[in-house]
Amino acid sequence: MTELPLIGGAPAAAEMFDGGALAGARIGVVTFPGTLDDRDAMRAVRLAGGTAVPLWHADTELGDVDAVIIPGGFSYGDYLRAGAIARFAPLMGKIIDAANSDAKLPVLGICNGFQILTESHLLPGSMIKNDHLKFLCRDQVLRVENNTTDWTLDYAAGQEITIPLKNQDGQYIADEKTLDALEAEGRVVFRYMGFNPNGSRRDIAGISNAAGNVVGLMPHPEHATETGFGPESLDGVGGSDVDGLGFFTSVLTKIVGGNK
Amino acid sequence: MPRIVVDVMPKPEILDPQGKAIVGALPRLGFTAFSSVRQGKRFELTVDGEVTEEILAQARNAAETLLSNPVIEDVVNVEVVGA
Repeated sequence: MTELPLIGGAPAAAEMFDGGALAGARIGVVTFPGTLDDRDAMRAVRLAGGTAVPLWHADTELGDVDAVIIPGGFSYGDYLRAGAIARFAPLMGKIIDAANSDAKLPVLGICNGFQILTESHLLPGSMIKNDHLKFLCRDQVLRVENNTTDWTLDYAAGQEITIPLKNQDGQYIADEKTLDALEAEGRVVFRYMGFNPNGSRRDIAGISNAAGNVVGLMPHPEHATETGFGPESLDGVGGSDVDGLGFFTSVLTKIVGGNK
Repeated sequence: MPRIVVDVMPKPEILDPQGKAIVGALPRLGFTAFSSVRQGKRFELTVDGEVTEEILAQARNAAETLLSNPVIEDVVNVEVVGA
């Protein structure tokens, strides 16, 4: 499927890469009842040059995909706990198996997707309500602490990026032992810079599993992939409009053989 | 019809932001005797028929796997009522 950007001409990232090869990479995007950002995630995949494949929570087979994105939203209305019911959807069982298999399927959980990944025990810890109790939506500066995961290969280590953040249950918590292990193993992938927007332990915005194929974070890279629609044009916080695009180009780079 | 009640509370070491908001609101209404509030969840599982040990074991299992998240919550009570 081709998609014209709303403004700004042809997708910049797709021009930078070999679009033909990347288009062969199929990135599944899961939709649950209550998912909001599946269409943005699919658009981000296409802007990065890949092929987006819609996946439905009730599917019992994962099909032919090279990676999976679990997007943000309010699956099952956040009933019980954010992500708790989605975790037991038929497709999640397949995704958990594939992520843990020798093939190490790359999986990215964004916001509610991150919550689903912790409920699935693919990632440690959990999210509770923001310490200030309010829903917060802002452009957030993050530091890329680990650029060796499947989803951060195209960033520089220590690079600061600005992408939108929007959540109510975004306070990342884990016991001290788990936090120490995450730090020691380089599994803190993103840290909030300048301002901790939700009380997350040690300013953690995103983490990975030990293998680096599963990454979860609260902020939304898929909302910062297109010139004219990212943080810069919104309020001039800094960075660029497309700081989030690297997530999607990274996994495509990884899938097509990698240049790192 | 008997019900199995499951009570889930946030772990003691985890700050309960909702409880904190409630304890802040109480004195504004004149309820000044309470120094702390923690908010938990109560689930009522209805059973069609007798609650056997097997069914109770199922309820305990459900409480640990779905009704609570052991990272942030404790199951503090599982009991049969209205039998």
